[in-house]
Amino acid sequence: MSIKSLDPRITREQLPDESDNNPIKELHQWQTYEVFHQSKKGDRHIHVGSLHAPNAEMAILLAKEQYARRYKCVNLWVVKTSDVFITDYDDEDMFEANQEKMYREAGGYKVMDRINKFKTEHKKN
Amino acid sequence: MKQLTEIQTKALKDLICRIADDELILGHRNSEWTALVPILEEDIAFSSMAQDKIGHSLALYQLLNKLGEPDPDAIAFTRKEKDFKCCHLVEYPIGDYDFSLMRHFLFDKSEAIRFDLLSRSSFEDLANIAKKFRGELKYHTMHADTWLVQLGNATEESKARMQSALNQCFPLALGIFEPGEYDEVLSSENIFPGEKVLQGMWLDSIKIILDSANLSIPDIDTSDRSYGGRKGYHTEYLKPLLDEMTEVYSIDPNAEW
Repeated sequence: MSIKSLDPRITREQLPDESDNNPIKELHQWQTYEVFHQSKKGDRHIHVGSLHAPNAEMAILLAKEQYARRYKCVNLWVVKTSDVFITDYDDEDMFEANQEKMYREAGGYKVMDRINKFKTEHKKN
Repeated sequence: MKQLTEIQTKALKDLICRIADDELILGHRNSEWTALVPILEEDIAFSSMAQDKIGHSLALYQLLNKLGEPDPDAIAFTRKEKDFKCCHLVEYPIGDYDFSLMRHFLFDKSEAIRFDLLSRSSFEDLANIAKKFRGELKYHTMHADTWLVQLGNATEESKARMQSALNQCFPLALGIFEPGEYDEVLSSENIFPGEKVLQGMWLDSIKIILDSANLSIPDIDTSDRSYGGRKGYHTEYLKPLLDEMTEVYSIDPNAEW
Protein backbone atom coordinates (compact mmCIF):
# COMPACT_ATOMS: atom_id res chain seq x y z
CA MET A 1 0.00 0.00 0.00
CA SER A 2 1.28 3.44 -0.87
CA ILE A 3 0.16 6.73 0.63
CA LYS A 4 -2.92 8.27 -0.98
CA SER A 5 -2.79 11.95 -0.28
CA LEU A 6 -4.96 14.93 -1.20
CA ASP A 7 -1.75 16.35 -2.55
CA PRO A 8 -1.16 14.62 -5.93
CA ARG A 9 2.59 15.18 -5.70
CA ILE A 10 2.74 12.95 -2.63
CA THR A 11 0.52 10.28 -4.18
CA ARG A 12 2.73 10.22 -7.29
CA GLU A 13 5.77 9.42 -5.15
CA GLN A 14 4.15 6.08 -4.22
CA LEU A 15 5.54 6.22 -0.70
CA PRO A 16 4.91 3.17 1.44
CA ASP A 17 2.07 3.70 3.90
CA GLU A 18 3.55 2.95 7.30
CA SER A 19 0.96 4.77 9.33
CA ASP A 20 -0.15 1.60 11.12
CA ASN A 21 3.39 0.72 12.17
CA ASN A 22 3.61 3.61 14.61
CA PRO A 23 0.66 3.38 16.95
CA ILE A 24 0.49 6.21 19.45
CA LYS A 25 2.05 5.00 22.65
CA GLU A 26 0.67 5.65 26.06
CA LEU A 27 1.87 8.93 27.56
CA HIS A 28 2.53 10.21 24.08
CA GLN A 29 0.94 13.39 25.37
CA TRP A 30 1.27 14.80 28.83
CA GLN A 31 -1.85 15.30 30.89
CA THR A 32 -3.60 18.64 30.72
CA TYR A 33 -3.86 21.31 33.39
CA GLU A 34 -6.45 24.06 33.61
CA VAL A 35 -5.06 27.53 34.11
CA PHE A 36 -6.61 30.30 36.20
CA HIS A 37 -5.40 33.85 36.03
CA GLN A 38 -5.79 36.67 38.55
CA SER A 39 -5.32 40.20 37.26
CA LYS A 40 -5.46 42.02 40.60
CA LYS A 41 -4.87 40.92 44.18
CA GLY A 42 -8.25 40.15 45.70
CA ASP A 43 -9.94 39.61 42.34
CA ARG A 44 -11.32 36.19 41.55
CA HIS A 45 -9.19 33.85 39.46
CA ILE A 46 -10.58 33.42 35.98
CA HIS A 47 -10.20 30.31 33.86
CA VAL A 48 -8.15 31.21 30.80
CA GLY A 49 -7.42 27.87 29.14
CA SER A 50 -5.48 24.65 29.45
CA LEU A 51 -2.07 23.26 28.59
CA HIS A 52 -0.02 20.08 28.59
CA ALA A 53 2.51 19.50 31.36
CA PRO A 54 4.12 16.53 33.12
CA ASN A 55 3.43 17.94 36.62
CA ALA A 56 2.07 20.98 38.43
CA GLU A 57 5.44 22.69 38.73
CA MET A 58 6.02 22.54 34.99
CA ALA A 59 2.43 23.56 34.37
CA ILE A 60 2.93 26.80 36.32
CA LEU A 61 6.17 27.43 34.45
CA LEU A 62 4.58 26.99 31.03
CA ALA A 63 1.35 28.76 31.99
CA LYS A 64 3.25 31.93 32.78
CA GLU A 65 4.33 32.49 29.18
CA GLN A 66 1.20 30.90 27.75
CA TYR A 67 -1.43 32.89 29.58
CA ALA A 68 0.22 35.71 31.51
CA ARG A 69 2.54 37.10 28.89
CA ARG A 70 0.43 39.92 27.53
CA TYR A 71 -2.02 41.00 30.22
CA LYS A 72 -1.42 42.06 33.77
CA CYS A 73 -1.29 39.08 36.08
CA VAL A 74 -0.43 38.87 39.77
CA ASN A 75 -1.15 35.20 40.44
CA LEU A 76 -1.71 31.91 38.62
CA TRP A 77 -3.45 28.69 39.58
CA VAL A 78 -3.10 25.40 37.77
CA VAL A 79 -5.35 22.43 38.40
CA LYS A 80 -5.06 18.97 36.89
CA THR A 81 -7.95 18.67 34.42
CA SER A 82 -8.72 15.19 35.72
CA ASP A 83 -9.17 16.65 39.22
CA VAL A 84 -12.02 18.87 38.09
CA PHE A 85 -15.39 17.31 38.90
CA ILE A 86 -17.78 17.98 36.06
CA THR A 87 -21.45 17.67 35.20
CA ASP A 88 -22.55 15.51 32.32
CA TYR A 89 -23.82 17.16 29.16
CA ASP A 90 -26.68 14.64 29.29
CA ASP A 91 -27.84 16.55 32.36
CA GLU A 92 -27.81 19.84 30.52
CA ASP A 93 -31.59 20.08 30.89
CA MET A 94 -31.30 20.63 34.62
CA PHE A 95 -30.00 24.11 33.90
CA GLU A 96 -33.01 25.00 31.78
CA ALA A 97 -34.76 27.97 33.29
CA ASN A 98 -38.45 27.81 34.06
CA GLN A 99 -40.02 30.82 32.41
CA GLU A 100 -42.85 31.13 34.95
CA LYS A 101 -41.14 32.26 38.11
CA MET A 102 -43.51 34.91 39.29
CA TYR A 103 -43.89 33.02 42.53
CA ARG A 104 -40.18 33.57 43.23
CA GLU A 105 -40.14 37.25 42.50
CA ALA A 106 -41.04 39.90 45.05
CA GLY A 107 -43.39 41.45 42.52
CA GLY A 108 -45.58 38.39 42.80
CA TYR A 109 -46.56 38.99 46.41
CA LYS A 110 -49.82 40.56 47.47
CA VAL A 111 -47.93 43.08 49.56
CA MET A 112 -46.75 44.76 46.35
CA ASP A 113 -50.26 46.10 45.81
CA ARG A 114 -50.08 47.92 49.13
CA ILE A 115 -46.56 49.16 48.47
CA ASN A 116 -47.49 50.49 45.05
CA LYS A 117 -50.61 52.11 46.50
CA PHE A 118 -48.49 53.82 49.17
CA LYS A 119 -46.00 54.98 46.52
CA THR A 120 -48.69 56.50 44.35
CA GLU A 121 -50.23 58.31 47.28
CA HIS A 122 -46.87 59.52 48.45
CA LYS A 123 -46.03 60.86 45.02
CA LYS A 124 -49.19 63.01 44.97
CA ASN A 125 -48.10 64.73 48.14
CA MET B 1 27.87 59.94 38.99
CA LYS B 2 30.07 62.84 38.01
CA GLN B 3 31.18 63.60 34.45
CA LEU B 4 32.80 60.52 32.92
CA THR B 5 36.49 60.62 32.14
CA GLU B 6 37.76 59.30 28.82
CA ILE B 7 38.95 56.01 30.30
CA GLN B 8 35.70 55.55 32.21
CA THR B 9 33.68 56.09 29.04
CA LYS B 10 35.84 53.56 27.22
CA ALA B 11 35.46 51.04 30.04
CA LEU B 12 31.71 51.53 30.16
CA LYS B 13 31.29 51.18 26.41
CA ASP B 14 33.34 47.98 26.43
CA LEU B 15 31.27 46.51 29.25
CA ILE B 16 27.92 47.46 27.72
CA CYS B 17 28.95 46.20 24.30
CA ARG B 18 29.99 42.81 25.72
CA ILE B 19 26.69 42.36 27.52
CA ALA B 20 24.56 43.61 24.63
CA ASP B 21 26.30 41.45 22.03
CA ASP B 22 25.80 38.35 24.16
CA GLU B 23 22.10 39.18 24.43
CA LEU B 24 21.66 39.87 20.72
CA ILE B 25 23.47 36.78 19.50
CA LEU B 26 21.92 34.39 22.01
CA GLY B 27 18.51 35.98 21.42
CA HIS B 28 18.95 35.33 17.71
CA ARG B 29 20.18 31.78 18.28
CA ASN B 30 17.33 30.89 20.63
CA SER B 31 14.79 32.35 18.21
CA GLU B 32 15.92 29.68 15.73
CA TRP B 33 13.95 27.26 17.90
CA THR B 34 10.65 28.98 17.16
CA ALA B 35 8.23 26.37 15.76
CA LEU B 36 10.78 23.58 16.33
CA VAL B 37 10.78 23.11 20.11
CA PRO B 38 9.67 19.57 20.98
CA ILE B 39 6.65 20.84 22.97
CA LEU B 40 4.22 23.54 21.89
CA GLU B 41 3.96 25.19 25.30
CA GLU B 42 7.73 25.26 25.65
CA ASP B 43 8.05 26.67 22.14
CA ILE B 44 6.03 29.71 23.21
CA ALA B 45 8.02 30.13 26.41
CA PHE B 46 11.44 29.74 24.78
CA SER B 47 10.59 32.04 21.87
CA SER B 48 9.26 34.66 24.25
CA MET B 49 12.47 34.58 26.27
CA ALA B 50 14.50 34.90 23.06
CA GLN B 51 12.56 38.08 22.30
CA ASP B 52 13.27 39.34 25.82
CA LYS B 53 16.98 38.97 25.07
CA ILE B 54 16.70 41.05 21.91
CA GLY B 55 14.88 43.63 24.06
CA HIS B 56 17.76 43.66 26.55
CA SER B 57 20.25 44.20 23.75
CA LEU B 58 18.17 47.07 22.34
CA ALA B 59 18.11 48.87 25.70
CA LEU B 60 21.88 48.49 26.01
CA TYR B 61 22.58 49.57 22.42
CA GLN B 62 20.43 52.66 23.09
CA LEU B 63 22.67 53.42 26.04
CA LEU B 64 25.75 53.01 23.83
CA ASN B 65 24.12 55.43 21.41
CA LYS B 66 23.72 57.90 24.28
CA LEU B 67 27.45 57.52 24.97
CA GLY B 68 28.26 58.54 21.41
CA GLU B 69 28.00 55.34 19.38
CA PRO B 70 25.79 54.97 16.26
CA ASP B 71 22.08 54.14 16.54
CA PRO B 72 21.09 50.66 17.76
CA ASP B 73 20.25 49.26 14.30
CA ALA B 74 23.59 50.36 12.94
CA ILE B 75 25.43 48.83 15.90
CA ALA B 76 23.56 45.55 15.58
CA PHE B 77 23.51 45.19 11.81
CA THR B 78 26.55 46.92 10.32
CA ARG B 79 29.51 45.92 12.44
CA LYS B 80 32.06 43.44 11.24
CA GLU B 81 32.52 40.11 12.99
CA LYS B 82 35.72 41.24 14.72
CA ASP B 83 33.90 44.22 16.27
CA PHE B 84 31.50 41.96 18.14
CA LYS B 85 32.42 41.25 21.75
CA CYS B 86 30.15 38.30 22.45
CA CYS B 87 31.52 35.16 24.13
CA HIS B 88 31.80 31.85 22.28
CA LEU B 89 29.02 30.19 24.24
CA VAL B 90 26.31 32.27 22.55
CA GLU B 91 27.69 31.70 19.06
CA TYR B 92 27.32 27.93 18.91
CA PRO B 93 24.50 26.49 16.77
CA ILE B 94 21.39 25.44 18.67
CA GLY B 95 22.24 21.73 18.57
CA ASP B 96 19.73 19.46 20.25
CA TYR B 97 17.35 20.87 22.82
CA ASP B 98 19.50 19.55 25.68
CA PHE B 99 22.39 21.74 24.50
CA SER B 100 20.20 24.82 24.09
CA LEU B 101 18.57 24.32 27.49
CA MET B 102 21.92 23.89 29.23
CA ARG B 103 23.30 26.98 27.50
CA HIS B 104 20.16 28.88 28.50
CA PHE B 105 20.66 27.76 32.11
CA LEU B 106 24.36 28.62 32.30
CA PHE B 107 24.04 31.92 30.48
CA ASP B 108 20.91 33.22 32.15
CA LYS B 109 22.26 32.44 35.60
CA SER B 110 25.24 34.67 34.84
CA GLU B 111 22.98 37.27 33.28
CA ALA B 112 20.67 37.43 36.30
CA ILE B 113 23.60 37.87 38.72
CA ARG B 114 25.28 40.38 36.42
CA PHE B 115 22.13 42.50 36.19
CA ASP B 116 21.66 42.27 39.92
CA LEU B 117 25.20 43.61 40.43
CA LEU B 118 24.60 46.28 37.80
CA SER B 119 21.40 47.41 39.50
CA ARG B 120 23.69 48.84 42.17
CA SER B 121 26.08 50.41 39.64
CA SER B 122 27.28 53.96 40.17
CA PHE B 123 26.42 54.59 36.51
CA GLU B 124 22.74 55.29 36.94
CA ASP B 125 21.60 54.69 33.36
CA LEU B 126 22.99 51.18 33.48
CA ALA B 127 21.53 50.55 36.94
CA ASN B 128 18.10 51.58 35.66
CA ILE B 129 18.26 49.17 32.73
CA ALA B 130 19.35 46.38 35.06
CA LYS B 131 16.42 47.05 37.41
CA LYS B 132 13.97 47.17 34.54
CA PHE B 133 14.67 43.58 33.46
CA ARG B 134 14.77 42.03 36.93
CA GLY B 135 11.33 40.41 36.61
CA GLU B 136 12.05 38.93 33.19
CA LEU B 137 15.30 37.43 34.38
CA LYS B 138 13.63 35.97 37.43
CA TYR B 139 11.34 34.00 35.14
CA HIS B 140 14.20 33.02 32.80
CA THR B 141 16.22 31.50 35.63
CA MET B 142 13.16 29.89 37.19
CA HIS B 143 12.42 28.33 33.80
CA ALA B 144 15.97 27.06 33.40
CA ASP B 145 16.24 25.78 36.99
CA THR B 146 12.95 23.89 36.78
CA TRP B 147 13.87 22.17 33.51
CA LEU B 148 17.32 21.23 34.79
CA VAL B 149 16.00 19.65 37.96
CA GLN B 150 13.23 17.86 36.05
CA LEU B 151 15.48 16.41 33.38
CA GLY B 152 18.34 15.62 35.73
CA ASN B 153 15.99 13.48 37.80
CA ALA B 154 13.86 11.95 35.07
CA THR B 155 15.15 9.06 32.96
CA GLU B 156 18.59 7.62 32.38
CA GLU B 157 18.59 9.12 28.90
CA SER B 158 17.58 12.62 30.00
CA LYS B 159 20.18 12.60 32.77
CA ALA B 160 22.94 11.41 30.40
CA ARG B 161 22.02 14.00 27.81
CA MET B 162 21.99 16.87 30.31
CA GLN B 163 25.35 15.78 31.74
CA SER B 164 26.89 15.61 28.31
CA ALA B 165 25.42 19.02 27.42
CA LEU B 166 26.89 20.40 30.65
CA ASN B 167 30.31 18.95 29.83
CA GLN B 168 30.20 20.61 26.43
CA CYS B 169 28.84 23.97 27.62
CA PHE B 170 30.91 24.44 30.74
CA PRO B 171 34.27 25.47 29.20
CA LEU B 172 32.36 27.68 26.76
CA ALA B 173 30.43 29.27 29.62
CA LEU B 174 33.70 30.11 31.39
CA GLY B 175 34.35 32.36 28.39
CA ILE B 176 31.54 34.62 29.61
CA PHE B 177 33.94 35.73 32.36
CA GLU B 178 36.98 36.43 30.18
CA PRO B 179 38.91 39.17 31.99
CA GLY B 180 38.43 42.57 30.40
CA GLU B 181 40.94 45.33 29.75
CA TYR B 182 39.04 47.73 32.00
CA ASP B 183 37.99 45.49 34.89
CA GLU B 184 39.99 47.57 37.36
CA VAL B 185 38.50 50.89 36.30
CA LEU B 186 35.01 49.42 36.39
CA SER B 187 35.42 48.05 39.86
CA SER B 188 37.25 51.03 41.39
CA GLU B 189 34.54 53.37 40.08
CA ASN B 190 31.83 51.04 41.43
CA ILE B 191 30.39 50.61 37.96
CA PHE B 192 30.73 46.83 37.97
CA PRO B 193 32.69 44.61 40.40
CA GLY B 194 34.30 42.67 37.54
CA GLU B 195 34.10 39.33 35.77
CA LYS B 196 36.05 37.46 38.43
CA VAL B 197 33.57 38.38 41.15
CA LEU B 198 30.70 37.48 38.84
CA GLN B 199 32.22 34.10 38.00
CA GLY B 200 32.56 33.22 41.68
CA MET B 201 28.94 34.08 42.39
CA TRP B 202 27.83 32.23 39.26
CA LEU B 203 29.66 29.05 40.27
CA ASP B 204 27.96 29.09 43.68
CA SER B 205 24.58 29.64 42.14
CA ILE B 206 24.75 26.98 39.40
CA LYS B 207 26.10 24.47 41.91
CA ILE B 208 22.89 24.59 43.96
CA ILE B 209 20.74 23.70 40.95
CA LEU B 210 23.17 21.20 39.41
CA ASP B 211 23.32 19.40 42.76
CA SER B 212 19.53 19.12 42.87
CA ALA B 213 19.64 17.93 39.28
CA ASN B 214 22.22 15.29 40.21
CA LEU B 215 24.62 16.56 37.58
CA SER B 216 28.31 16.97 38.27
CA ILE B 217 30.17 20.17 37.44
CA PRO B 218 33.32 19.60 35.40
CA ASP B 219 36.57 20.54 37.12
CA ILE B 220 37.11 24.24 36.54
CA ASP B 221 40.91 24.00 36.80
CA THR B 222 41.23 21.45 34.02
CA SER B 223 38.58 23.10 31.83
CA ASP B 224 39.85 24.73 28.67
CA ARG B 225 38.25 28.16 29.04
CA SER B 226 36.91 29.45 25.77
CA TYR B 227 38.41 32.94 25.78
CA GLY B 228 38.82 35.35 22.87
CA GLY B 229 35.28 36.44 22.12
CA ARG B 230 35.54 39.61 24.20
CA LYS B 231 38.54 40.66 22.10
CA GLY B 232 36.91 39.97 18.74
CA TYR B 233 38.23 36.44 18.11
CA HIS B 234 35.20 34.31 17.37
CA THR B 235 34.21 30.78 16.50
CA GLU B 236 33.46 29.79 12.93
CA TYR B 237 29.74 29.98 13.78
CA LEU B 238 29.40 33.73 14.29
CA LYS B 239 29.99 34.86 10.70
CA PRO B 240 27.17 32.78 9.13
CA LEU B 241 24.83 33.94 11.91
CA LEU B 242 25.66 37.59 11.25
CA ASP B 243 25.21 37.10 7.50
CA GLU B 244 21.76 35.69 8.07
CA MET B 245 20.77 38.22 10.71
CA THR B 246 21.78 41.21 8.60
CA GLU B 247 20.51 39.86 5.28
CA VAL B 248 17.32 41.91 5.11
CA TYR B 249 18.83 45.03 6.67
CA SER B 250 21.68 45.02 4.17
CA ILE B 251 19.33 45.09 1.17
CA ASP B 252 18.36 48.64 2.06
CA PRO B 253 19.91 50.04 5.25
CA ASN B 254 17.88 53.26 4.91
CA ALA B 255 14.49 51.59 4.60
CA GLU B 256 11.77 52.88 6.91
CA TRP B 257 10.03 50.10 8.83
